[in-house]
Amino acid sequence: MQSTTRAFKANVRKAIVEPGLQKALGMMKTGFQVRRLAAVEKLPEFEQLRDQARDIKNHVLENLDFYLERFERKVTEAGGKVHWCRSAEEAREAILGICRGVGAKTVTKGKSMIAEEIALNDFLEEEGIEPIETDLGEYIIQLRGEPPSHIIAPAIHLNKTDVIDAFQKAHTHLDPNRPMEEPTALLEEARGVLRPKFLAADVGITGANFMIAETGSTIIVTNEGNGDLTQILPKAHVVLASLEKLVPTFEDAATILRLLARSATGQEFSVYTTVSTGPRRPDDLDGPAEFHVVLLDNGRSDILGTEFQDMLRCIRCSACLNHCPVYATVGGHAYGWVYPGPMGAVLTPTLIGIEESGHLPNASTFCGRCESVCPMRIPLPKMMRHWREREFERHLSPPSVRAGLAFWAWFAKRPRLYRLATGLAARLLGLFGRAHGRYGWLPLASGWTRGREFPAPEGQTFMSQWRKRSRA
Amino acid sequence: MNEARSQILGSIRRALKRGPLPPEKAAAIEARLRDPKPNLIPARAGGEAKAVIELFSTMAEGAAATLTRVKSAREVPGAVAEYLASQNLPAAFVMAPDPELDAIPWSERPTLSIRRGKTEGADQVSVTGAFAAIAETGTLMMTSGPDHPSTLNFLPETHVVVLPASKVVGPYEEAWTRLRAKHGGSLPRTVNFVTGPSRSGDIEQRLLMGAHGPRRLHVVLIEG
Amino acid sequence: MALAQMPAASPRVGLFVTCLVDLMRPSVGFAAIRLLENAGCRVEVPETQTCCGQPAYNSGDRRDTRDIARSVVAAFAGYDYVVVPSGSCAGMIHEHYPALFADEPETLAKAQDLARRTHELTSFLVDVMKVERVGAAYSGTVTYHDSCSGLRELKVKRQPRRLLASVSGLTLKELPGAEICCGFGGTFCVKYPDISERMATEKADDIKATGADTLLAGDMGCLMNMAGKLQRQGSGVRVRHVAEVLAGVTDTPPIGEPKA
Repeated sequence: MQSTTRAFKANVRKAIVEPGLQKALGMMKTGFQVRRLAAVEKLPEFEQLRDQARDIKNHVLENLDFYLERFERKVTEAGGKVHWCRSAEEAREAILGICRGVGAKTVTKGKSMIAEEIALNDFLEEEGIEPIETDLGEYIIQLRGEPPSHIIAPAIHLNKTDVIDAFQKAHTHLDPNRPMEEPTALLEEARGVLRPKFLAADVGITGANFMIAETGSTIIVTNEGNGDLTQILPKAHVVLASLEKLVPTFEDAATILRLLARSATGQEFSVYTTVSTGPRRPDDLDGPAEFHVVLLDNGRSDILGTEFQDMLRCIRCSACLNHCPVYATVGGHAYGWVYPGPMGAVLTPTLIGIEESGHLPNASTFCGRCESVCPMRIPLPKMMRHWREREFERHLSPPSVRAGLAFWAWFAKRPRLYRLATGLAARLLGLFGRAHGRYGWLPLASGWTRGREFPAPEGQTFMSQWRKRSRA
Repeated sequence: MNEARSQILGSIRRALKRGPLPPEKAAAIEARLRDPKPNLIPARAGGEAKAVIELFSTMAEGAAATLTRVKSAREVPGAVAEYLASQNLPAAFVMAPDPELDAIPWSERPTLSIRRGKTEGADQVSVTGAFAAIAETGTLMMTSGPDHPSTLNFLPETHVVVLPASKVVGPYEEAWTRLRAKHGGSLPRTVNFVTGPSRSGDIEQRLLMGAHGPRRLHVVLIEG
Repeated sequence: MALAQMPAASPRVGLFVTCLVDLMRPSVGFAAIRLLENAGCRVEVPETQTCCGQPAYNSGDRRDTRDIARSVVAAFAGYDYVVVPSGSCAGMIHEHYPALFADEPETLAKAQDLARRTHELTSFLVDVMKVERVGAAYSGTVTYHDSCSGLRELKVKRQPRRLLASVSGLTLKELPGAEICCGFGGTFCVKYPDISERMATEKADDIKATGADTLLAGDMGCLMNMAGKLQRQGSGVRVRHVAEVLAGVTDTPPIGEPKA
């Protein structure tokens, strides 16, 4: 996917005046937050589970090479195959090879952010293979030719009318005057259109929420059941997963699963949690004849051992997006690449470079809400700050910002001169602002005063008043 | 691909500033994998058998499944027939070729039309058993095999699960223990955990039932 | 690290004024001093203080941050407690100073020692000095915004409410979404004014919907942001730092209002 993160500010300006998007974001805010809180309050052990989940993933990351080899051995023993891929390109080629192997014409897909990361759909289309997104939200945005705006609710930026438009354009075999006002009618329509596609697909591609080293199994979590129809009906099931999805045992997965749905949608448990181990057994009546795990690195092993390692604990629950006031203001597309919100602000620079995505870790107030809800206790603000440090070290931050900062820091390190400067500033600003108590416009602060008044200072600094009082 | 494999592993080891794990550390991890220990299990999942069954029923209904209780396997055909009638569904279903289901005296309800096997999608209703049920979240656990094609869990619009109370456990961990006891190291191809009927919230965050999987999930709990 | 032990009869407190209080609203500093003295503290104001260093820290400038932090550590050596009328600056000293000196054992020990002694104003009064009542009066309905750093880094939530409950004539009407950021974010409001301004608008709408006539909070940055937005919208809600109301020092006009 082509990144537009360099145009973040322009994306933002567009997003904040788009009424449809703002309406959709308004609905998001209350829903996810209220439901998560209710689910968490019903599980008194939630905080302890967060500690354990963090420890489990840290243990895996410290022994990742061992767990990967062990996982591969178990997949092979179960009759499956692991494809090791360093890059997006290698992963696409591996998937193409599997598709060619079974003579695939159509491929059904469960929701996978990694597939977005490697831009799989465009690639398959170029190769003459039709990819069909089956998650309702993903299906809608595929019809509209746009990327997801949220990692678990890909069409959250849309309203019902957008869906009606998309279905009118795509489902031309249906009566154009059919009733579509009720959301259930839209769901029915998608279900009806997609069912034969499930049955006809040659390959099914899903992501993975977990890979289990104990047994070589993979786990996906969905609410619709599309991920299941995607994997049990076609000839081959391809699991596309990045390295860090490993956990040791089912007990470990259970611990993290207790956090996942509650953090994501506020459900006690998702509707479908599916464990897949190898291809169908000889006496099974259904299931895929082939089982492939496409194991993607794509820069993750480079994060290991750095100040960004904690990011590899992420389970893509979206709690950080759902609680982020910046995400709620601008929506997911403004971020300009695959992963939006706080997790995206940390992860994106590791994958496409800080030169490309410098805005993302900067566009945060460090309010800390993301970290406070992260089930894996990932210190997201701290890592965004680390990105800012790397930018600063490499002189990538804007010259005006650097100059302003240097000017201020020079004074802040020299208390006596600082007193003089602040004393002067306070008096000047106080003098001119006193009549109204505030400024409607200030040079150098037009960003602020475009939408806000700027309060005038009282007139004399605290320190100068204090000194006078002490002398008195 | 082998080059990719060794490069990825090499890159991980460089990042971790070490070579392959020393044998004693590797052995410790192998031991952890061979004998998995549960982490913290929420108190809610504990309790004696009767409480666990009550919890299962409450949680399953909370997830929009429906549930009827019967005293014995003999009452199952009647309960299924009544449920189908109550939903205005035809008295016909595809049934998992499961010896436990075969043992139910279906013939006492001759109006029920039953086909054994998998489904290609034409069946409106399926009836299956379950390997276990997890009270903690009202979740059914179903394993694929010759006695339970996975398609039955997803393609029909209505899924009826016959569940003897002895299969209800408290937490997920107990279900895993049972599964390992039955299958050893070689798991069934698919293990489905199902908590209520299929749903989607992808249109304006409204909860809509029956996205791709079943619209209705009904449990017939045999308490005898 | 909550200090469970009884405070010394009259502890020596160093006031960290904060750069915004110093420059914009000195009356908050004097209100803080009054509250501390009423609680039995001896208050001093070290002359060499400037800023806690957050503008540099949050811009990725670690070297300047460390320099500034070093001088704060030195300026506040020897006080029983360091008290800050800001959750954000107190959080900086409390949570982030030690992390800055991981590779400098001697400064690290001093930074940790300072962190242990440093408190946000309202939580210091309630948790350390065990203040249960302030003798102030304020007639009106107020609503309260929880500033992010104080709330999440220092768990400041019930302390200001507890003290406000003792102000006679004051009614507290809780603000829905009080824990959501107002959009200030230090340098954020300069770097991303469009987002900041939208967040401030949402906050202002929530504030007006409470029907309160006064908005209080514990951080000048957030207060200036919210006051600026409310006033641009023509709202008559008065905006003050919580210390002013608790200390009964409300003779200065509210933030952004002209002298009567």
